[in-house]
Amino acid sequence: MNSVRVFFIGGYLAYRALFNWIHWSIYVPTMLGGPMFQVLFFAYIGRYAKLRSDEFFVVGNAVAISAVGGIFGMAMTIGGERWTQTLSSILVTPANRLALFLGRALPNLVNGVIVSVFGFAAGWLLLDFSLKPIEIPVIALIVIVTSFACTAFGTMIGAFGLRGRDVFFFANLVIFVFLLFCGVNVPLDALPGWMQAIGRVLPLTHGIEAARQIAEGATLGDVSGLVWTEAGLGACYAALGYALLRYFEIDGRRRATLETI
Amino acid sequence: MRHALRLFWTGWLFNVKNLTMSGFFMLNAAILPIFYATIAYYMFRTGARPGSLLYASLGAGMMGIWSSTLFGSGGLIQWQRWQGTLEYVIGVPTPLILVVLPMTIATASIGLYSVGATLAWGWLIFDLPLHLAHPVWFAVALPAAVLSLGLLGLVLASTFVLLRNANSLSNLLEYPVWLVTGLLVGLSLLPGWTRPISWVLAPTWGIRGIREAAIGGDPVLAIAICLGLGLIYLVIGHYTLRYFERLARERATLALA
Repeated sequence: MNSVRVFFIGGYLAYRALFNWIHWSIYVPTMLGGPMFQVLFFAYIGRYAKLRSDEFFVVGNAVAISAVGGIFGMAMTIGGERWTQTLSSILVTPANRLALFLGRALPNLVNGVIVSVFGFAAGWLLLDFSLKPIEIPVIALIVIVTSFACTAFGTMIGAFGLRGRDVFFFANLVIFVFLLFCGVNVPLDALPGWMQAIGRVLPLTHGIEAARQIAEGATLGDVSGLVWTEAGLGACYAALGYALLRYFEIDGRRRATLETI
Repeated sequence: MRHALRLFWTGWLFNVKNLTMSGFFMLNAAILPIFYATIAYYMFRTGARPGSLLYASLGAGMMGIWSSTLFGSGGLIQWQRWQGTLEYVIGVPTPLILVVLPMTIATASIGLYSVGATLAWGWLIFDLPLHLAHPVWFAVALPAAVLSLGLLGLVLASTFVLLRNANSLSNLLEYPVWLVTGLLVGLSLLPGWTRPISWVLAPTWGIRGIREAAIGGDPVLAIAICLGLGLIYLVIGHYTLRYFERLARERATLALA
């Protein structure tokens, strides 16, 4: 019961405390405005390059922007606790670590979904893109799974925040690695083989591919393999992230480096 | 005059060195433009514009200059506040603009890493031909663009400081300016109402001058408009900076971190 409380209440309070972006004056330009212009920017490059339709870019970027909240959110969760000197106080508690860290991941996952939905809505309003009503719940499911995978990856990045000094640098870099390697704006088969291979083990790639197929008329059954792969990758990264968090926590205690900024 | 030039040179050099040591700025100036350039290469190559690699490289480089200016100049006075140096910057007998100007030009100058990085990357990985149509004009167009963006940075520095969440505004303004100034997209594709916005933004003319010097065309007009806009930004920046200084002294909010 205590773990459930740590998961929900702890996660909620940590999110409220650590993220100044939840104020509308920051949230709207940063989490909604910026990603919306990302969708428009790449859609227009796509038009200029005569590469693919608006749909390709709206789906690719709207799913991809779910990563922003997940990756940055988790990096900021760990890095922010360290920065505000509250990390030791948290880690000294006997609270269940799984509930502690996953509880902090949940708001970031939800945020990723909200940002992604806004990206789809912006694409629908401003570009040549639409979805059939029957496709919307399936796309929503894919976005949730993808956001989970990205948040899990973000947990892994965040874990390095227990050791490294500048985890935000890597979080920033990861967003752009995703943008290039995951077929967000360039069809995966147009990339060299080694880039495709990296893209296949990253979150996003399978989610984007599944969402694009749904937008083209496929059913959930047709893309279930892709969705399960995305979910499986997310589970692997979540497990790896948790293991790294535990390892760096124990190692940080041993070396007394938890509070080193 | 000599004192002002010496101050400019020292301030510029110090800030270029300072920004070069910052991981965040080097990520924005030297690494991220390479990602954008690579994405643009593949998009153009896979699409119907395979011969546009130099176009993409220069555009991605200019994107880096804008990002450095936007984040560097937009948050400049706020950072001085956080570091506790704003009182000294304003307290010295030298006019504030002579202290701030080298800083904003330095944030744009850091963007030169972007142009260098995207051209080198394109040449190394994508066999980008580095033949410049008008090398002399290219050598004029590039610093003209940097200077003009640095002066636009002066306007950003002196207006963003009045906003409480200037950093989030910087996050918002990165993509739209890349888009409306035609750094990777032909302006003719954009809706007509965006055209006047693009005309008053230095990156539009900066990239036009650089591209016409590099790829072919007549860059003189674009360079002249770019520098002309820079002068207008200087006048606006001069007055907005004075307004900010007076307001901060009146309200005693100078050190309000």
